[in-house]
Amino acid sequence: MEITSVGDSALLVRVRDRFEDAPEETLKKVLDVLRRLENARIPGVIELAPAYTTVAVFFDPVRVINATIEPNHASEGLAQKIREALTRGKHKQSKQPAASAIEIPVCYDPEFALDLDHVADHARMSPNEVVDLHSTAHYLVNCLGFTPGFPYLTGLPKKLTTPRRATPRKEIPAGSVAIGGTQTGIYPQVSPGGWNVIGRTPLRLFDAQKDPPVLLRVSNRVRFRAITREEFEALKS
Amino acid sequence: MNLIVTRAGFQTTIQDLGRTGFRQFGVSSGGALDLHALRIANLLTGNDKNAAGLEFTQGNVRLRFDDERIIGWCGGDYEVCVASHSIPRGHSALVLAEDELSISGPRQGWRGWLAVSGGVAVPPVLGSCSTDLRANFGGLDGRALRDGDKLLLGDQSDFARSLIDLLNERHVSSWSSPAEWSSTAKTKPILRIVRGCDWDRFNASTHHALTSETFSVSPDSDRMGVRFNALELHRNDDVDLVSEAVAPGTIQVPPGGRPILLLGDCQTIGGYPKIAHVITIDLSIAAQLRSGETVRFQEISLPEAHRLLFEREQELERFRIGLSLKNK
Repeated sequence: MEITSVGDSALLVRVRDRFEDAPEETLKKVLDVLRRLENARIPGVIELAPAYTTVAVFFDPVRVINATIEPNHASEGLAQKIREALTRGKHKQSKQPAASAIEIPVCYDPEFALDLDHVADHARMSPNEVVDLHSTAHYLVNCLGFTPGFPYLTGLPKKLTTPRRATPRKEIPAGSVAIGGTQTGIYPQVSPGGWNVIGRTPLRLFDAQKDPPVLLRVSNRVRFRAITREEFEALKS
Repeated sequence: MNLIVTRAGFQTTIQDLGRTGFRQFGVSSGGALDLHALRIANLLTGNDKNAAGLEFTQGNVRLRFDDERIIGWCGGDYEVCVASHSIPRGHSALVLAEDELSISGPRQGWRGWLAVSGGVAVPPVLGSCSTDLRANFGGLDGRALRDGDKLLLGDQSDFARSLIDLLNERHVSSWSSPAEWSSTAKTKPILRIVRGCDWDRFNASTHHALTSETFSVSPDSDRMGVRFNALELHRNDDVDLVSEAVAPGTIQVPPGGRPILLLGDCQTIGGYPKIAHVITIDLSIAAQLRSGETVRFQEISLPEAHRLLFEREQELERFRIGLSLKNK
Protein backbone atom coordinates (compact mmCIF):
# COMPACT_ATOMS: atom_id res chain seq x y z
CA MET A 1 0.00 0.00 0.00
CA GLU A 2 1.54 3.25 -1.16
CA ILE A 3 0.47 6.78 -0.09
CA THR A 4 1.43 9.69 -2.33
CA SER A 5 0.32 13.31 -2.45
CA VAL A 6 -1.80 14.96 -5.14
CA GLY A 7 -0.77 18.55 -4.55
CA ASP A 8 -1.21 20.21 -1.16
CA SER A 9 -4.83 19.20 -0.54
CA ALA A 10 -5.10 15.51 -1.33
CA LEU A 11 -3.38 12.19 -0.69
CA LEU A 12 -3.73 9.06 -2.76
CA VAL A 13 -3.79 5.57 -1.27
CA ARG A 14 -2.74 3.12 -3.98
CA VAL A 15 -3.65 -0.51 -3.30
CA ARG A 16 -2.21 -1.97 -6.51
CA ASP A 17 -0.53 -0.75 -9.69
CA ARG A 18 -2.86 -2.57 -12.10
CA PHE A 19 -6.46 -3.71 -12.07
CA GLU A 20 -7.04 -5.34 -15.46
CA ASP A 21 -5.52 -8.66 -14.42
CA ALA A 22 -7.83 -8.89 -11.37
CA PRO A 23 -10.61 -6.28 -11.50
CA GLU A 24 -12.77 -7.88 -8.82
CA GLU A 25 -9.96 -8.45 -6.32
CA THR A 26 -8.63 -4.93 -6.85
CA LEU A 27 -12.08 -3.41 -6.38
CA LYS A 28 -12.54 -5.35 -3.12
CA LYS A 29 -9.28 -3.92 -1.81
CA VAL A 30 -10.24 -0.39 -2.87
CA LEU A 31 -13.64 -0.71 -1.16
CA ASP A 32 -12.02 -2.08 1.99
CA VAL A 33 -9.70 0.97 2.14
CA LEU A 34 -12.67 3.25 1.48
CA ARG A 35 -14.72 1.69 4.29
CA ARG A 36 -11.86 1.90 6.78
CA LEU A 37 -11.21 5.54 5.95
CA GLU A 38 -14.93 6.40 6.17
CA ASN A 39 -15.06 4.81 9.60
CA ALA A 40 -11.87 6.53 10.79
CA ARG A 41 -13.37 10.03 10.40
CA ILE A 42 -9.93 11.66 10.38
CA PRO A 43 -10.14 15.37 11.30
CA GLY A 44 -9.70 17.63 8.27
CA VAL A 45 -10.62 14.97 5.68
CA ILE A 46 -13.42 16.37 3.54
CA GLU A 47 -13.94 13.84 0.78
CA LEU A 48 -13.00 10.30 -0.26
CA ALA A 49 -13.07 9.22 -3.89
CA PRO A 50 -12.34 5.68 -5.12
CA ALA A 51 -10.93 4.91 -8.56
CA TYR A 52 -9.64 1.67 -10.15
CA THR A 53 -6.63 1.10 -7.90
CA THR A 54 -6.75 4.07 -5.55
CA VAL A 55 -8.71 5.97 -2.94
CA ALA A 56 -8.17 9.74 -3.00
CA VAL A 57 -8.32 11.51 0.36
CA PHE A 58 -9.13 15.19 -0.09
CA PHE A 59 -8.42 17.32 2.95
CA ASP A 60 -8.48 20.88 4.19
CA PRO A 61 -4.80 21.59 4.96
CA VAL A 62 -5.70 24.34 7.43
CA ARG A 63 -7.87 21.99 9.47
CA VAL A 64 -5.25 19.24 9.29
CA ILE A 65 -2.57 21.66 10.48
CA ASN A 66 -4.86 22.84 13.28
CA ALA A 67 -5.35 19.22 14.34
CA THR A 68 -1.65 18.31 14.38
CA ILE A 69 1.22 19.10 16.68
CA GLU A 70 3.77 19.30 13.87
CA PRO A 71 2.47 21.99 11.50
CA ASN A 72 5.39 21.39 9.12
CA HIS A 73 4.40 17.83 8.47
CA ALA A 74 0.69 18.06 7.71
CA SER A 75 0.76 15.55 4.85
CA GLU A 76 3.04 13.11 6.68
CA GLY A 77 0.89 13.38 9.79
CA LEU A 78 -2.25 12.70 7.80
CA ALA A 79 -0.58 9.82 5.93
CA GLN A 80 0.32 8.33 9.31
CA LYS A 81 -3.31 8.54 10.47
CA ILE A 82 -4.41 6.91 7.22
CA ARG A 83 -1.94 4.05 7.74
CA GLU A 84 -3.21 3.55 11.28
CA ALA A 85 -6.81 3.48 10.04
CA LEU A 86 -5.90 0.90 7.41
CA THR A 87 -4.25 -1.48 9.85
CA ARG A 88 -6.84 -1.08 12.59
CA GLY A 89 -9.41 -3.86 13.06
CA LYS A 90 -9.98 -6.99 11.08
CA HIS A 91 -10.47 -7.22 7.38
CA LYS A 92 -14.26 -7.31 7.09
CA GLN A 93 -15.79 -7.93 3.72
CA SER A 94 -18.95 -5.97 4.32
CA LYS A 95 -18.84 -4.04 1.09
CA GLN A 96 -18.79 -6.96 -1.32
CA PRO A 97 -19.92 -6.17 -4.82
CA ALA A 98 -23.64 -6.92 -4.91
CA ALA A 99 -24.64 -10.26 -6.39
CA SER A 100 -27.62 -9.11 -8.47
CA ALA A 101 -26.99 -7.24 -11.70
CA ILE A 102 -28.59 -4.00 -12.85
CA GLU A 103 -30.04 -4.43 -16.32
CA ILE A 104 -29.38 -1.71 -18.87
CA PRO A 105 -31.56 -1.84 -22.00
CA VAL A 106 -29.54 -1.02 -25.13
CA CYS A 107 -30.74 -0.43 -28.65
CA TYR A 108 -28.01 -1.59 -31.06
CA ASP A 109 -29.86 -0.04 -34.04
CA PRO A 110 -27.48 1.10 -36.85
CA GLU A 111 -28.60 4.71 -36.33
CA PHE A 112 -27.17 4.62 -32.77
CA ALA A 113 -24.35 2.12 -33.32
CA LEU A 114 -21.91 4.44 -35.09
CA ASP A 115 -18.95 2.07 -34.78
CA LEU A 116 -20.59 -1.36 -34.63
CA ASP A 117 -19.29 -2.31 -38.07
CA HIS A 118 -15.79 -1.22 -37.11
CA VAL A 119 -15.89 -3.25 -33.89
CA ALA A 120 -17.24 -6.25 -35.85
CA ASP A 121 -14.47 -5.95 -38.47
CA HIS A 122 -11.86 -5.68 -35.75
CA ALA A 123 -13.25 -8.77 -33.97
CA ARG A 124 -13.69 -10.61 -37.28
CA MET A 125 -17.32 -11.39 -36.60
CA SER A 126 -20.72 -10.13 -37.74
CA PRO A 127 -22.40 -7.12 -36.10
CA ASN A 128 -25.08 -9.48 -34.75
CA GLU A 129 -22.44 -11.62 -33.09
CA VAL A 130 -20.94 -8.52 -31.47
CA VAL A 131 -24.38 -7.56 -30.09
CA ASP A 132 -24.97 -11.10 -28.80
CA LEU A 133 -21.60 -11.19 -27.09
CA HIS A 134 -21.90 -7.69 -25.63
CA SER A 135 -25.40 -8.28 -24.29
CA THR A 136 -24.74 -11.65 -22.68
CA ALA A 137 -21.57 -10.83 -20.73
CA HIS A 138 -21.41 -9.95 -17.02
CA TYR A 139 -19.89 -6.57 -16.14
CA LEU A 140 -18.63 -4.81 -13.03
CA VAL A 141 -18.47 -1.02 -12.44
CA ASN A 142 -14.83 -0.47 -11.45
CA CYS A 143 -14.78 3.30 -11.62
CA LEU A 144 -16.92 6.40 -12.24
CA GLY A 145 -15.46 9.51 -13.83
CA PHE A 146 -14.49 11.31 -17.05
CA THR A 147 -17.90 13.05 -16.94
CA PRO A 148 -20.47 12.91 -14.11
CA GLY A 149 -21.87 9.38 -13.86
CA PHE A 150 -19.73 7.78 -16.62
CA PRO A 151 -19.33 4.11 -15.59
CA TYR A 152 -16.19 2.21 -16.58
CA LEU A 153 -17.15 -1.46 -16.84
CA THR A 154 -14.80 -4.43 -16.78
CA GLY A 155 -15.87 -7.83 -18.04
CA LEU A 156 -15.92 -7.09 -21.76
CA PRO A 157 -15.40 -10.38 -23.68
CA LYS A 158 -11.77 -10.38 -24.87
CA LYS A 159 -12.82 -10.76 -28.52
CA LEU A 160 -14.54 -7.35 -28.36
CA THR A 161 -11.44 -5.46 -27.23
CA THR A 162 -11.15 -2.53 -29.66
CA PRO A 163 -8.61 0.31 -29.46
CA ARG A 164 -9.97 3.84 -28.98
CA ARG A 165 -10.50 5.86 -32.14
CA ALA A 166 -7.38 7.68 -33.33
CA THR A 167 -9.38 10.91 -33.59
CA PRO A 168 -11.97 11.37 -30.83
CA ARG A 169 -15.48 12.47 -31.88
CA LYS A 170 -16.36 16.02 -30.92
CA GLU A 171 -19.85 15.04 -29.87
CA ILE A 172 -21.12 11.67 -28.71
CA PRO A 173 -24.88 11.55 -27.92
CA ALA A 174 -26.05 11.01 -24.33
CA GLY A 175 -26.76 7.35 -23.55
CA SER A 176 -24.21 6.04 -26.06
CA VAL A 177 -22.84 2.62 -25.10
CA ALA A 178 -19.25 2.28 -26.24
CA ILE A 179 -16.10 0.16 -26.18
CA GLY A 180 -12.71 1.64 -25.30
CA GLY A 181 -9.86 -0.87 -25.24
CA THR A 182 -10.74 -3.68 -22.83
CA GLN A 183 -13.60 -1.79 -21.21
CA THR A 184 -17.12 -0.76 -22.05
CA GLY A 185 -18.96 2.29 -20.77
CA ILE A 186 -21.92 4.62 -21.21
CA TYR A 187 -21.76 8.35 -21.99
CA PRO A 188 -24.23 10.03 -19.58
CA GLN A 189 -24.09 13.45 -21.30
CA VAL A 190 -23.40 14.71 -24.77
CA SER A 191 -19.62 14.96 -24.72
CA PRO A 192 -16.51 14.50 -26.82
CA GLY A 193 -15.07 11.00 -26.71
CA GLY A 194 -12.84 8.46 -28.39
CA TRP A 195 -14.63 5.18 -27.62
CA ASN A 196 -16.34 3.03 -30.27
CA VAL A 197 -20.09 3.57 -30.05
CA ILE A 198 -22.12 0.36 -30.52
CA GLY A 199 -25.56 1.29 -29.18
CA ARG A 200 -27.65 3.61 -27.03
CA THR A 201 -29.61 3.24 -23.80
CA PRO A 202 -32.79 5.24 -23.17
CA LEU A 203 -31.97 5.37 -19.44
CA ARG A 204 -30.57 8.47 -17.76
CA LEU A 205 -27.21 7.70 -16.20
CA PHE A 206 -26.87 11.01 -14.36
CA ASP A 207 -29.53 13.26 -12.87
CA ALA A 208 -28.23 16.08 -10.69
CA GLN A 209 -31.67 16.46 -9.08
CA LYS A 210 -31.55 12.92 -7.63
CA ASP A 211 -29.76 11.57 -4.59
CA PRO A 212 -27.56 9.77 -5.45
CA PRO A 213 -27.30 11.48 -8.83
CA VAL A 214 -26.05 8.36 -10.62
CA LEU A 215 -27.80 5.25 -11.92
CA LEU A 216 -24.70 3.08 -11.57
CA ARG A 217 -22.21 3.11 -8.71
CA VAL A 218 -18.78 1.58 -8.23
CA SER A 219 -19.15 -2.15 -7.42
CA ASN A 220 -22.53 -2.51 -9.17
CA ARG A 221 -22.87 -5.51 -11.47
CA VAL A 222 -24.29 -4.74 -14.86
CA ARG A 223 -25.86 -6.64 -17.79
CA PHE A 224 -27.00 -5.24 -21.10
CA ARG A 225 -30.31 -6.27 -22.71
CA ALA A 226 -30.77 -5.74 -26.44
CA ILE A 227 -33.99 -3.85 -27.21
CA THR A 228 -35.74 -2.80 -30.42
CA ARG A 229 -36.10 0.73 -31.66
CA GLU A 230 -39.78 0.69 -30.56
CA GLU A 231 -38.84 -0.36 -27.03
CA PHE A 232 -36.19 2.35 -26.98
CA GLU A 233 -38.73 5.05 -27.84
CA ALA A 234 -41.25 3.66 -25.32
CA LEU A 235 -38.68 3.60 -22.51
CA LYS A 236 -37.39 7.04 -23.46
CA SER A 237 -40.83 8.63 -22.98
CA MET B 1 -34.76 42.00 -4.84
CA ASN B 2 -33.44 41.32 -8.34
CA LEU B 3 -30.29 41.72 -10.29
CA ILE B 4 -30.93 42.25 -13.98
CA VAL B 5 -28.22 41.20 -16.40
CA THR B 6 -28.34 43.85 -19.12
CA ARG B 7 -25.12 42.60 -20.67
CA ALA B 8 -23.83 39.16 -19.79
CA GLY B 9 -20.36 39.45 -21.37
CA PHE B 10 -18.23 36.60 -22.71
CA GLN B 11 -18.85 34.05 -19.97
CA THR B 12 -20.48 35.01 -16.68
CA THR B 13 -21.57 32.19 -14.36
CA ILE B 14 -23.03 31.84 -10.88
CA GLN B 15 -20.43 30.26 -8.59
CA ASP B 16 -19.95 29.57 -4.90
CA LEU B 17 -17.18 27.60 -3.18
CA GLY B 18 -18.05 24.45 -5.15
CA ARG B 19 -19.18 20.88 -4.51
CA THR B 20 -17.89 18.45 -1.92
CA GLY B 21 -18.70 14.77 -1.68
CA PHE B 22 -19.60 14.00 -5.30
CA ARG B 23 -16.19 13.26 -6.85
CA GLN B 24 -16.97 9.56 -6.28
CA PHE B 25 -19.69 10.01 -8.93
CA GLY B 26 -17.45 11.91 -11.33
CA VAL B 27 -18.73 15.37 -10.41
CA SER B 28 -16.08 18.14 -10.40
CA SER B 29 -15.59 20.33 -7.35
CA GLY B 30 -16.20 23.37 -9.58
CA GLY B 31 -16.97 26.70 -7.88
CA ALA B 32 -15.18 30.01 -8.34
CA LEU B 33 -11.82 29.39 -10.04
CA ASP B 34 -10.34 31.69 -7.40
CA LEU B 35 -12.12 30.48 -4.27
CA HIS B 36 -10.16 32.90 -2.10
CA ALA B 37 -11.24 35.91 -4.18
CA LEU B 38 -14.91 34.96 -3.82
CA ARG B 39 -14.47 34.51 -0.07
CA ILE B 40 -12.99 38.02 0.18
CA ALA B 41 -15.78 39.51 -1.96
CA ASN B 42 -18.34 37.77 0.26
CA LEU B 43 -16.65 39.08 3.43
CA LEU B 44 -16.73 42.63 2.03
CA THR B 45 -20.49 42.38 1.46
CA GLY B 46 -21.41 40.80 4.80
CA ASN B 47 -22.23 37.46 3.18
CA ASP B 48 -21.69 33.94 4.35
CA LYS B 49 -18.36 32.79 2.85
CA ASN B 50 -20.12 30.27 0.61
CA ALA B 51 -22.74 32.70 -0.79
CA ALA B 52 -23.16 32.51 -4.55
CA GLY B 53 -21.66 35.36 -6.57
CA LEU B 54 -20.79 35.99 -10.20
CA GLU B 55 -17.64 34.93 -11.98
CA PHE B 56 -17.10 37.02 -15.09
CA THR B 57 -14.61 36.35 -17.86
CA GLN B 58 -13.21 39.07 -20.10
CA GLY B 59 -15.58 41.67 -18.60
CA ASN B 60 -17.93 43.85 -20.63
CA VAL B 61 -20.75 43.16 -18.21
CA ARG B 62 -23.64 45.43 -17.18
CA LEU B 63 -25.96 44.75 -14.26
CA ARG B 64 -28.93 46.70 -12.89
CA PHE B 65 -30.10 46.62 -9.29
CA ASP B 66 -33.67 46.74 -7.95
CA ASP B 67 -32.79 47.77 -4.43
CA GLU B 68 -29.92 48.93 -2.23
CA ARG B 69 -27.09 46.45 -1.96
CA ILE B 70 -23.45 46.25 -0.91
CA ILE B 71 -21.07 44.89 -3.52
CA GLY B 72 -17.43 43.83 -3.49
CA TRP B 73 -15.22 42.35 -6.18
CA CYS B 74 -11.74 40.89 -6.72
CA GLY B 75 -9.75 39.51 -9.64
CA GLY B 76 -8.22 40.94 -12.83
CA ASP B 77 -7.66 44.61 -13.61
CA TYR B 78 -11.08 45.95 -14.65
CA GLU B 79 -12.76 49.33 -14.38
CA VAL B 80 -15.95 48.77 -12.37
CA CYS B 81 -18.34 51.73 -12.10
CA VAL B 82 -21.62 52.36 -10.36
CA ALA B 83 -23.29 55.63 -11.37
CA SER B 84 -20.32 58.04 -11.37
CA HIS B 85 -18.30 56.12 -8.80
CA SER B 86 -15.37 53.95 -9.68
CA ILE B 87 -15.27 50.89 -7.41
CA PRO B 88 -11.74 49.61 -6.84
CA ARG B 89 -11.03 45.95 -6.14
CA GLY B 90 -11.28 44.74 -2.55
CA HIS B 91 -13.56 47.51 -1.27
CA SER B 92 -17.15 47.46 0.01
CA ALA B 93 -19.37 49.71 -2.08
CA LEU B 94 -22.98 50.84 -2.02
CA VAL B 95 -25.33 50.51 -4.99
CA LEU B 96 -28.75 52.16 -4.95
CA ALA B 97 -32.02 51.01 -6.48
CA GLU B 98 -31.98 51.48 -10.27
CA ASP B 99 -28.19 51.88 -10.29
CA GLU B 100 -26.31 50.28 -13.14
CA LEU B 101 -22.99 48.57 -12.52
CA SER B 102 -20.63 48.34 -15.48
CA ILE B 103 -17.52 46.25 -15.83
CA SER B 104 -15.02 47.24 -18.55
CA GLY B 105 -12.87 44.91 -20.62
CA PRO B 106 -9.72 43.66 -18.85
CA ARG B 107 -6.59 45.83 -18.74
CA GLN B 108 -4.82 42.87 -17.22
CA GLY B 109 -5.94 39.40 -16.18
CA TRP B 110 -8.98 37.47 -17.28
CA ARG B 111 -11.56 36.77 -14.59
CA GLY B 112 -13.27 38.57 -11.74
CA TRP B 113 -15.60 37.67 -8.85
CA LEU B 114 -18.43 39.91 -7.79
CA ALA B 115 -20.37 39.41 -4.57
CA VAL B 116 -23.66 41.15 -3.83
CA SER B 117 -25.00 41.35 -0.28
CA GLY B 118 -27.63 38.63 0.17
CA GLY B 119 -25.97 36.52 -2.53
CA VAL B 120 -27.50 35.24 -5.76
CA ALA B 121 -30.45 33.06 -4.74
CA VAL B 122 -30.57 30.01 -6.98
CA PRO B 123 -31.53 26.57 -5.66
CA PRO B 124 -28.47 24.52 -4.69
CA VAL B 125 -27.91 21.38 -6.78
CA LEU B 126 -25.79 18.62 -5.20
CA GLY B 127 -25.05 20.94 -2.30
CA SER B 128 -23.86 23.93 -4.29
CA CYS B 129 -25.15 26.84 -6.39
CA SER B 130 -22.14 26.60 -8.71
CA THR B 131 -22.76 26.28 -12.45
CA ASP B 132 -21.36 23.09 -13.95
CA LEU B 133 -21.04 24.00 -17.62
CA ARG B 134 -19.90 20.54 -18.70
CA ALA B 135 -22.84 18.61 -17.26
CA ASN B 136 -25.21 21.60 -17.41
CA PHE B 137 -26.60 21.82 -13.92
CA GLY B 138 -26.43 24.26 -11.00
CA GLY B 139 -26.41 28.06 -11.25
CA LEU B 140 -29.11 29.35 -13.59
CA ASP B 141 -30.36 26.29 -15.54
CA GLY B 142 -26.81 24.96 -15.70
CA ARG B 143 -25.69 27.60 -18.19
CA ALA B 144 -23.73 30.84 -18.48
CA LEU B 145 -25.79 34.02 -18.02
CA ARG B 146 -27.41 35.72 -21.01
CA ASP B 147 -28.53 39.27 -21.68
CA GLY B 148 -31.86 39.90 -19.96
CA ASP B 149 -31.50 37.24 -17.23
CA LYS B 150 -33.10 38.23 -13.95
CA LEU B 151 -31.41 36.90 -10.82
CA LEU B 152 -33.16 36.82 -7.48
CA LEU B 153 -31.02 38.13 -4.63
CA GLY B 154 -31.14 36.68 -1.11
CA ASP B 155 -31.84 38.43 2.17
CA GLN B 156 -29.08 40.74 3.32
CA SER B 157 -27.33 40.18 6.64
CA ASP B 158 -27.52 42.70 9.50
CA PHE B 159 -23.90 43.50 8.78
CA ALA B 160 -24.75 44.34 5.16
CA ARG B 161 -27.55 46.64 6.36
CA SER B 162 -25.21 48.48 8.70
CA LEU B 163 -22.71 48.82 5.83
CA ILE B 164 -25.50 50.43 3.75
CA ASP B 165 -25.95 53.05 6.50
CA LEU B 166 -22.21 53.49 6.90
CA LEU B 167 -21.56 54.02 3.18
CA ASN B 168 -24.54 56.31 2.68
CA GLU B 169 -22.33 59.37 2.07
CA ARG B 170 -19.19 58.15 0.42
CA HIS B 171 -20.46 55.03 -1.41
CA VAL B 172 -17.03 53.34 -1.41
CA SER B 173 -15.35 52.09 1.76
CA SER B 174 -12.11 53.57 3.01
CA TRP B 175 -11.03 50.09 4.06
CA SER B 176 -9.98 47.35 1.68
CA SER B 177 -8.64 43.84 1.65
CA PRO B 178 -4.89 43.28 1.06
CA ALA B 179 -4.08 44.06 -2.60
CA GLU B 180 -2.40 40.67 -2.97
CA TRP B 181 -5.81 38.99 -2.45
CA SER B 182 -7.99 41.28 -4.50
CA SER B 183 -5.63 42.08 -7.42
CA THR B 184 -4.40 38.74 -8.63
CA ALA B 185 -3.42 39.40 -12.26
CA LYS B 186 0.35 39.63 -12.67
CA THR B 187 2.76 40.32 -15.49
CA LYS B 188 4.79 37.19 -16.32
CA PRO B 189 3.61 35.41 -13.19
CA ILE B 190 5.45 32.65 -11.38
CA LEU B 191 3.37 29.73 -10.17
CA ARG B 192 4.78 27.71 -7.31
CA ILE B 193 4.58 23.92 -7.66
CA VAL B 194 5.15 20.81 -5.60
CA ARG B 195 6.23 17.54 -7.19
CA GLY B 196 3.60 15.14 -8.47
CA CYS B 197 3.67 11.36 -7.96
CA ASP B 198 4.85 10.86 -11.57
CA TRP B 199 7.74 13.34 -11.27
CA ASP B 200 10.27 10.50 -11.61
CA ARG B 201 8.75 9.39 -14.92
CA PHE B 202 10.45 12.47 -16.39
CA ASN B 203 14.19 12.96 -16.72
CA ALA B 204 16.39 15.63 -15.16
CA SER B 205 16.44 17.85 -18.24
CA THR B 206 12.62 17.86 -18.27
CA HIS B 207 12.58 18.76 -14.57
CA HIS B 208 14.99 21.55 -15.36
CA ALA B 209 12.87 22.76 -18.30
CA LEU B 210 9.72 22.78 -16.19
CA THR B 211 11.26 25.02 -13.58
CA SER B 212 13.35 27.30 -15.81
CA GLU B 213 11.57 27.76 -19.15
CA THR B 214 8.62 30.03 -19.86
CA PHE B 215 5.30 28.48 -20.86
CA SER B 216 2.86 30.26 -23.13
CA VAL B 217 -0.89 29.97 -22.49
CA SER B 218 -2.83 28.46 -25.41
CA PRO B 219 -6.21 29.82 -26.62
CA ASP B 220 -7.96 26.49 -25.96
CA SER B 221 -7.86 27.07 -22.19
CA ASP B 222 -11.11 27.16 -20.21
CA ARG B 223 -12.57 26.52 -16.75
CA MET B 224 -11.34 22.92 -16.97
CA GLY B 225 -7.74 23.82 -17.45
CA VAL B 226 -4.99 26.03 -18.78
CA ARG B 227 -3.26 24.52 -21.80
CA PHE B 228 0.28 25.50 -22.74
CA ASN B 229 1.95 25.85 -26.14
CA ALA B 230 5.33 25.08 -27.60
CA LEU B 231 7.49 23.50 -24.97
CA GLU B 232 7.15 19.73 -24.80
CA LEU B 233 7.84 17.60 -21.76
CA HIS B 234 8.85 14.02 -22.47
CA ARG B 235 8.63 10.96 -20.32
CA ASN B 236 11.25 8.32 -19.60
CA ASP B 237 8.76 5.49 -19.93
CA ASP B 238 5.64 4.78 -21.94
CA VAL B 239 3.78 2.73 -19.32
CA ASP B 240 0.02 3.04 -19.72
CA LEU B 241 -1.12 4.54 -16.40
CA VAL B 242 -4.33 3.61 -14.61
CA SER B 243 -6.70 6.57 -14.21
CA GLU B 244 -6.68 8.03 -10.72
CA ALA B 245 -7.61 11.25 -8.95
CA VAL B 246 -6.57 14.62 -10.30
CA ALA B 247 -7.40 17.95 -8.68
CA PRO B 248 -7.39 21.67 -9.44
CA GLY B 249 -3.69 22.57 -9.63
CA THR B 250 -2.58 19.24 -11.13
CA ILE B 251 -0.18 19.63 -14.07
CA GLN B 252 -0.70 16.60 -16.29
CA VAL B 253 1.30 15.76 -19.38
CA PRO B 254 -0.58 14.05 -22.25
CA PRO B 255 1.35 12.06 -24.88
CA GLY B 256 2.01 15.13 -27.05
CA GLY B 257 4.08 16.60 -24.21
CA ARG B 258 2.15 19.87 -23.88
CA PRO B 259 1.29 20.23 -20.20
CA ILE B 260 -2.22 21.06 -18.96
CA LEU B 261 -2.80 22.84 -15.65
CA LEU B 262 -6.17 21.69 -14.32
CA LEU B 263 -8.62 24.21 -12.84
CA GLY B 264 -11.89 23.97 -10.86
CA ASP B 265 -14.05 22.33 -13.53
CA CYS B 266 -11.50 19.60 -14.28
CA GLN B 267 -12.56 15.97 -14.54
CA THR B 268 -12.24 13.91 -11.35
CA ILE B 269 -9.84 11.26 -12.67
CA GLY B 270 -7.16 11.19 -15.32
CA GLY B 271 -4.66 8.76 -16.80
CA TYR B 272 -1.94 11.20 -17.84
CA PRO B 273 1.19 11.45 -15.67
CA LYS B 274 1.04 14.12 -12.98
CA ILE B 275 4.43 15.81 -13.10
CA ALA B 276 3.61 18.50 -10.53
CA HIS B 277 0.84 20.47 -8.82
CA VAL B 278 0.42 24.23 -8.52
CA ILE B 279 -0.04 25.07 -4.83
CA THR B 280 -3.50 26.08 -3.68
CA ILE B 281 -2.75 29.72 -2.96
CA ASP B 282 -1.29 30.24 -6.45
CA LEU B 283 -4.49 28.99 -8.12
CA SER B 284 -5.66 32.60 -7.64
CA ILE B 285 -2.95 33.65 -10.10
CA ALA B 286 -3.61 30.70 -12.42
CA ALA B 287 -7.26 31.75 -12.75
CA GLN B 288 -6.07 35.01 -14.37
CA LEU B 289 -3.98 33.45 -17.15
CA ARG B 290 -5.12 34.32 -20.63
CA SER B 291 -4.14 33.24 -24.09
CA GLY B 292 -0.67 34.37 -25.17
CA GLU B 293 0.60 35.14 -21.68
CA THR B 294 3.72 33.47 -20.37
CA VAL B 295 4.25 31.85 -17.03
CA ARG B 296 7.08 30.19 -15.13
CA PHE B 297 7.03 27.48 -12.49
CA GLN B 298 9.06 27.42 -9.30
CA GLU B 299 9.39 24.34 -7.13
CA ILE B 300 8.78 24.55 -3.39
CA SER B 301 8.36 21.87 -0.73
CA LEU B 302 5.01 20.54 0.45
CA PRO B 303 5.49 21.82 4.03
CA GLU B 304 6.24 25.26 2.56
CA ALA B 305 3.00 25.12 0.52
CA HIS B 306 1.08 24.25 3.68
CA ARG B 307 2.78 26.99 5.69
CA LEU B 308 1.87 29.62 3.07
CA LEU B 309 -1.75 28.47 3.01
CA PHE B 310 -1.95 28.38 6.81
CA GLU B 311 -0.50 31.89 7.10
CA ARG B 312 -2.93 33.27 4.54
CA GLU B 313 -5.81 31.71 6.46
CA GLN B 314 -4.63 33.32 9.70
CA GLU B 315 -4.34 36.67 7.94
CA LEU B 316 -7.82 36.20 6.49
CA GLU B 317 -9.17 35.58 9.99
CA ARG B 318 -7.57 38.82 11.22
CA PHE B 319 -9.10 40.67 8.27
CA ARG B 320 -12.51 39.15 9.05
CA ILE B 321 -12.30 40.29 12.67
CA GLY B 322 -11.19 43.79 11.63
CA LEU B 323 -14.07 44.05 9.20
CA SER B 324 -16.60 42.83 11.75
CA LEU B 325 -15.72 45.86 13.93
CA LYS B 326 -17.52 47.98 11.31
CA ASN B 327 -20.73 46.27 12.40
CA LYS B 328 -22.81 48.49 14.67
